[in-house]
Amino acid sequence: MGVGIEVKDLNAWYGSTHTLRDIHLNIPANHATALIGPSGCGKSTFVRCLNRMHETNPIARVTGTVKIGDLDIYNDVSPVVIRRRIGMVFQRPNPFPTMSIYDNVASGLRLNGFRNRQALDEIVERSLRRAALWDEVKDDLKRKSGASISGGQQQRLCIARTLAVDPEVLLMDEPASALDPISTAKIEDLIFQLKSEYTIVIVTHNMQQAARVAEKTGFFLNGQLVEFDATTKIFTNPSDKRTEDYITGRFG
Amino acid sequence: MQQRIQQSGQTWRRWKNHLATGTAVLGALVVVAPLLAIFAYLIYKGASSLNWAFFTKVPKPVGEIGGGMENAIVGSGVLLTVASLIGIPIGIAAGVYLAEFGRKRLLSNLVRFTADVLNGVPSIVVGIAVYSLIVVTQRHFSAFSGGVALGIMMIPTVTRTTEEMLLLVPHAVREAALGLGVPNWRSTVSITLRTASAGIITGCMLAFARVAGETAPLLFTAFGNDDKSLALNQPIAALPLQIFVYAVSPYNDWHRLAWAGSLVLIFLIVVSVSLVRYVTSRGVLKGAS
Repeated sequence: MGVGIEVKDLNAWYGSTHTLRDIHLNIPANHATALIGPSGCGKSTFVRCLNRMHETNPIARVTGTVKIGDLDIYNDVSPVVIRRRIGMVFQRPNPFPTMSIYDNVASGLRLNGFRNRQALDEIVERSLRRAALWDEVKDDLKRKSGASISGGQQQRLCIARTLAVDPEVLLMDEPASALDPISTAKIEDLIFQLKSEYTIVIVTHNMQQAARVAEKTGFFLNGQLVEFDATTKIFTNPSDKRTEDYITGRFG
Repeated sequence: MQQRIQQSGQTWRRWKNHLATGTAVLGALVVVAPLLAIFAYLIYKGASSLNWAFFTKVPKPVGEIGGGMENAIVGSGVLLTVASLIGIPIGIAAGVYLAEFGRKRLLSNLVRFTADVLNGVPSIVVGIAVYSLIVVTQRHFSAFSGGVALGIMMIPTVTRTTEEMLLLVPHAVREAALGLGVPNWRSTVSITLRTASAGIITGCMLAFARVAGETAPLLFTAFGNDDKSLALNQPIAALPLQIFVYAVSPYNDWHRLAWAGSLVLIFLIVVSVSLVRYVTSRGVLKGAS
């Protein structure tokens, strides 16, 4: 089951660049939340702060609190533990190129010491089914490399790999921006199905996509969260002038 | 008029194309030619002296015809094993440090600089250094000291290729591993190193092939031995060393053996390099690279 995310006073820097300013936000459990905004507005940085990937860059810095369910992720635990509970799907499909499809899905568990083969088989099949990829790859599981399938399939493979470690939250950083419309539609269908079990946060440049998949939408601009509300409200009757300008295409 | 200009322009363009392609092909042939020539000449000179005894007999005393180089073949095997056990792990570890952990630190600049300088140090100097460090303190020549000298010579090549190959692994692959909650060290060992393994193995083979033919660093470390020996604390023979000694000797029979030895040395290097490439390329899945 998914859990809610509570963000308070979040500030982030890259070197001396202040990329996120005083973000306050409550992301509801078991819903999809979309983050929109022009390039460089901080939305990617924001999701990377939610699983502490931001700090993997040596010049990056974060202050503030982020609570995932009851867990204060910057104070209670190590980033490694956090990232197992908060899965992430990246902009470009990034399967491990030297691993088979099977090994890719199993990698998160195996690299953390999980060795039960029978259970692995089941988890791999279940994850691939959930990512709507099973039927396309079930005959080549151990024969084909994760890098040899199409881009759309690779991205669903990455989603399956993330689901296999059984996270509570799924962060998606423009998961469909490198894919064609058909693959994009598949990913969107997937998000629709997955949000009953996971809390999903999706960064997107595609406003129609946000409108299609998310109940809540946040609009970022210059490192600030300008507006956060129900998706229908954001797209039909935004309260901030800047949001309106952005969604009507007047800038950005 | 217009058409003629166009046509003559096209002819000239085609000529330039042929010229450029021709130069490239010529260059490729010039690269391959010396190797083929060496091979042909070695086979011509050495093959007639190759027989079973060459691989199973140790050298006969001066004046007696016959004998073989079993001692040197076994000796090279021992020396290269010791060298690889020293050079490859240290080289890979240093390369991992440079690429993954110390990208901009002072120490990593120092390591990188040292590796590059070490790569350019003449092999005989490495031999002298190991001689004074190990042979002099132990008061005897040994297979161990020879292996250390060769191992030191392997380190820079292995270090630099490991670093370069690791840097070629896309950042996205590392992020994928970290994003799954894999600890940093585990991600480096199981993901980054594994993704770069083909290139790293090639680097190791290059280093191996290079030191397999080294003579100078062995002159005052391994020293040579006319008997077959496996002991690390005894002087030991090596193919290049034996070839050197036989080639500069005044005896015709020894000259023949030197030619045969050269042929065997080249052959062993080609076989071991091909074997490692074959074995490692089989394990990696299709479409991986």
